[in-house]
Amino acid sequence: MKHSTPKATRHVNQNEGLIFEKSSAGKAAWKLPPLDVPEVDTAKLLGAAERKDLGNMPEVSEIEVIRHFTRLSTWNYAIDLGMYPLGSCTMKYNPRVNEAVARVEGIANGHPYQPEKISQGALLIMKTLSECLIEITGMDAITLQPAAGAHGEMTGLLMIRAYHHAKGNPRKKILIPDSAHGTNPATAAMVNYAVENLKSDSRGMVDIAALEAQMNEDVAALMLTNPNTLGVFEQQIHKIADILHAKGGLLYMDGANMNALVGKVRPGDFGVDVMHLNLHKTFSTPHGGGGPGSGPVAIKKALEPFLPTPVVVSKPDGTLGFDYNRPQSVGRVRSFYGNFGMFVRALAYIQANGPDGLRQTTEDAVLNANYIRKGLEGTYDLPYDTPSMHEVVFSDKLQAKKGVRTMDIAKRLIDYGFHPYTTAFPLIVPGALMIEPTESESKEEMDLFVEAMKSIAQEVEEDPQTVLDAPHSTRVSRLDETQAARKPILRWKP
Amino acid sequence: MRYLPKSPADREAMLKAIGLRSVDDLFAPIPAEYRLNRELKIPRQMAESEIVDFFRQRSRENGDGYTSFLGAGAYFHYRPVIIDSLISRGEFLTAYTPYQAEISQGTLQSIFEFQTMICELTGMEVANASMYDGSTAAAEAVMMAVRLTGRRSVVVARSLHPEYREVLATYATHQGMPLSLVDFGGDGRVNLKDLEKTITPETACVLIQSPNFFGTIEDVEAIAEITHRHGAMLVVSIAEAVSLGIVEPPRQADVIAMEAQSFGVPLGFGGPYCGVIATREKNVRQMPGRLVGQTVDKQGKRGFVLTLATREQHIRREKATSNICTNQALVALMVNIFMTVYGKVGLKELAKQNLAKTAYAAGQFAKHGRLLFDGSPRFNEFVVETSEDPYAINGRLLGHKIVGGLPLKKFYPELGNAALWCCTELTTRSAIDTAAGLVAESERSVRSAKEEVEEVAR
Repeated sequence: MKHSTPKATRHVNQNEGLIFEKSSAGKAAWKLPPLDVPEVDTAKLLGAAERKDLGNMPEVSEIEVIRHFTRLSTWNYAIDLGMYPLGSCTMKYNPRVNEAVARVEGIANGHPYQPEKISQGALLIMKTLSECLIEITGMDAITLQPAAGAHGEMTGLLMIRAYHHAKGNPRKKILIPDSAHGTNPATAAMVNYAVENLKSDSRGMVDIAALEAQMNEDVAALMLTNPNTLGVFEQQIHKIADILHAKGGLLYMDGANMNALVGKVRPGDFGVDVMHLNLHKTFSTPHGGGGPGSGPVAIKKALEPFLPTPVVVSKPDGTLGFDYNRPQSVGRVRSFYGNFGMFVRALAYIQANGPDGLRQTTEDAVLNANYIRKGLEGTYDLPYDTPSMHEVVFSDKLQAKKGVRTMDIAKRLIDYGFHPYTTAFPLIVPGALMIEPTESESKEEMDLFVEAMKSIAQEVEEDPQTVLDAPHSTRVSRLDETQAARKPILRWKP
Repeated sequence: MRYLPKSPADREAMLKAIGLRSVDDLFAPIPAEYRLNRELKIPRQMAESEIVDFFRQRSRENGDGYTSFLGAGAYFHYRPVIIDSLISRGEFLTAYTPYQAEISQGTLQSIFEFQTMICELTGMEVANASMYDGSTAAAEAVMMAVRLTGRRSVVVARSLHPEYREVLATYATHQGMPLSLVDFGGDGRVNLKDLEKTITPETACVLIQSPNFFGTIEDVEAIAEITHRHGAMLVVSIAEAVSLGIVEPPRQADVIAMEAQSFGVPLGFGGPYCGVIATREKNVRQMPGRLVGQTVDKQGKRGFVLTLATREQHIRREKATSNICTNQALVALMVNIFMTVYGKVGLKELAKQNLAKTAYAAGQFAKHGRLLFDGSPRFNEFVVETSEDPYAINGRLLGHKIVGGLPLKKFYPELGNAALWCCTELTTRSAIDTAAGLVAESERSVRSAKEEVEEVAR
């Protein structure tokens, strides 16, 4: 494989320096209208607070800005180009109608403090989305305020803490399975809970005996991802909830993998007390190179008094408004009302799908993961043969014998025209290859993926060095991360 | 469903390949008693045209067509068209966090440029990309100062955005971080005597905002002197980024926590926005959030990677500097493009126009209402006290399709009938004149009503 594969062909892309390297005095990409009020004497108005110089800010023309960022963009891989099978990240299609409706004038330019009387449109969007998410999760109430999944986790744990506190004892610790995402323990620490690890059993699920042994009145909650990070549904979920509830603990569900459940099963029906959703995963809002996200938190009735302020309510006159008077609230977790633009997009996605579309979406997501699993079984080691839901986790055990690890295979996948899967996570699988195709992949795209993965496995046998040196087709290859961390260069200097 | 790229025949073939008879078999791992045996009760599947109609209708119910004098942490500035052209490119819009550097150089280089420009504008040495918003950036900056100083208590200016204070209070609740407030004086700035009294040897940091919630520029130098003399760190929040074009940045700060919404991000009813933390190089290992660094590849070619990940949750878990993972990357790209478009000269000219419009408006309002904190330098916001309840005046302004200033009594009961007004480069002289005219009318009618009462009494 040198210059093309069934999926990709190499072609020229443009070089581009840093924007500062193109700057020269007198170029401009902006034009202000003439001032319709008198000019002011800046020095007189600001005195010592006046700024004289803006340092090394660039001066470039509009065409240069367009070319600069367009060229940079062509160096990125994206869902719009092809399959992006990052496990746990749910890289699904981001519908363009979502973007269009988020830019409609009154929605894009609404000020968060404009009077409620002229905010009914935004409030109705928030209310409708809330109702949909409550129905989808089977929970009783929701806050849309958290700005991302981890922020939702924090909000959820704050409410759990407030709930226990109201009962007289905030408790001391949170149980977290060893397969959990790093945000779970980091969040527990932010809410001042100690973290206690919970072992997984031989099938990759919560070890019920261990849970029973570790559960006591010091445990505030168990943070569980379901399906878990192996893509496995916790079959004993109700037993887990019962064990927690019997000792007064709560079940927190990390909804990162909700794409496996929507329309098929509802966390509220299987014992979950608090959960967050990632609108940027399950509900198609774009990842945008790392955000923005949105992490609504859905809860059972008993936790409702503790919701962050404000809460959207229907007023006696039939209009919608914000309720700030909630004495038991955990407080605010963000200014204003959260990442409203993401609410718009998520609601547009729900409307485009309807109940039948959401169910079909979930079925296709699970079908796709199992199709890939079947295609690669035997070629790659499957550490847990428990049935997969929306993602499948292999290990590099077979390839490691030739000195090739999961990251090497991932880098080689780039040469075949795919974005890599998630590497080295979850931590309970040494050398993990975590693959989540989502529902957005066609059979043809997945056949190409399976073919590429098999071809790489064959290369590992015949010519491992090619894989170890990959990628061969990119602008840069195997950047020196150690040097970057040891002597950090975090900004350009003239 | 139009987003799903499979025919019924594809699904059949795939099930067959897996060795299953029906889709239901895929869900067998879920105990039968929990499976949902009905359709979700949500709106039916809609056509794209219906979705667009739905949101256009919501837009009409949402302040479309109004001129607004609201600021208070969310500012209406012009957004150059090319921001949306560029961020709509799928390669930016539909990419993930740039963990795989070889196929993420576009995102990585743009973040590196963002970090550089934020440093230039704030006078700091390093900047992250990014935090959720200005409020959480301030809270995380304070927690950073607590880690760096080994002290726990925090002094917070009352002239800091009230919602930022609320968010900090939420974050601090379980961190064992006592918060104490320092009041503002008659000049609308931090009361320095009060600060001297409030700060203690246990104070980890002082958190202020400049320009502050009233639009007034704080005496950062004096505050920094007091703060540093007590061995504490100074954290400065900047909510109106456009001010950096004409207002000297708080170079004496140890940490700057910014809201960059003003730089090309739509108001969007409060989000998504873009928080940023900037600081000195020596503090970088306690800084939360994503950082991009320059390095070389195996051929020695310049390239960029996410770096100093040992601060982050995916490596350090419960010992991380923060739990933040997903941030506001695409919004940071909007900010980046905005800074690039305006650049060294444009940002200054833009800020000057804000200053001029505000000076004119303040002058017009001062003819009838009372301008509070008038002696202090301000950027693009000012506080007007009226005789009548500002909610009543605003009610009448709405009839003229104008949204008046933010009544402050909700946050500052002692300020009575004061309201916070904001002008940007987009505020027209005629809108200012109309609004000032209505305020004048209100003052006149209150005065004549008062005179009538006095006359009757005489």
